[in-house]
Amino acid sequence: MQYVNAFWVGGLICVIAQILIDKTGLTPAKILVLYVVAGTVLGALGIYEKLVGFAGAGATVPLIGFGNVLAQGVIKAVDESGPIGIITGGLRAAAGGVSAAVFFGFLMALIFDPKSK
Amino acid sequence: MSNKNSGYLNYIDKTAPKSPILKDMLMAFLFGGLICVIGQLFLELYQNVLNLDDENSKTAVSITMVFIGALLTGLDIYPKLAKHAGAGTIVPITGFANSIASPAMEFKREGLVTGMAVKMFTVAGPVLVYGISASVAVGIIYYLYKILIGG
Repeated sequence: MQYVNAFWVGGLICVIAQILIDKTGLTPAKILVLYVVAGTVLGALGIYEKLVGFAGAGATVPLIGFGNVLAQGVIKAVDESGPIGIITGGLRAAAGGVSAAVFFGFLMALIFDPKSK
Repeated sequence: MSNKNSGYLNYIDKTAPKSPILKDMLMAFLFGGLICVIGQLFLELYQNVLNLDDENSKTAVSITMVFIGALLTGLDIYPKLAKHAGAGTIVPITGFANSIASPAMEFKREGLVTGMAVKMFTVAGPVLVYGISASVAVGIIYYLYKILIGG
């Protein structure tokens, strides 16, 4: 059942980050950087795609999945376009998430004001 | 400067250090898992109802989750969830959206260009720098591998 796998795999990926935050004092920014790079490496080795097949959104929604998309994109682009794909492949594959994050972040900041803490 | 930290960083400071680790882990697991289940719901909607192909479905899920994360940040709901969820709301792509929207809102008053547009990349900037650089490194290695080994 894909929903069950999505839940526990996604949850577990977050728990690992939580342990790193609690035990090493890594800031969230560093955790996210670590996860994206780890996802790119695991994606390049073809390991992460297996987890995506098993857990669906449980593997793609955490930011490791973003790294995996970068790696899959660059490999596909090198196959299709040769050396130029080295530069274009990663961001082309990740364009949806990046553009959405920039635009929706911008839009929400225009619409809403920060609440007092 | 009192507003040096964005709200995004503040809520982590408020919660993470003091709470017992087991409770932190449980909350991260539950919230992180739940956010992924919501993503799975959209994934199956896009695949089965809208009949998008596999790749486009996953991209559409990312866009949807990013929108939800940014909207809930604007509505001041996401920071409240994050107080309890810790890494459960940081690690999913909704947290990436939150890390952009939150400082963007916070620094809007310092100007739309040098305030908002600069500060919105406080966390997302490093993620893009290292993510893109890693992908280029992968591309170089893969390209050389294909030339040398053949593929």
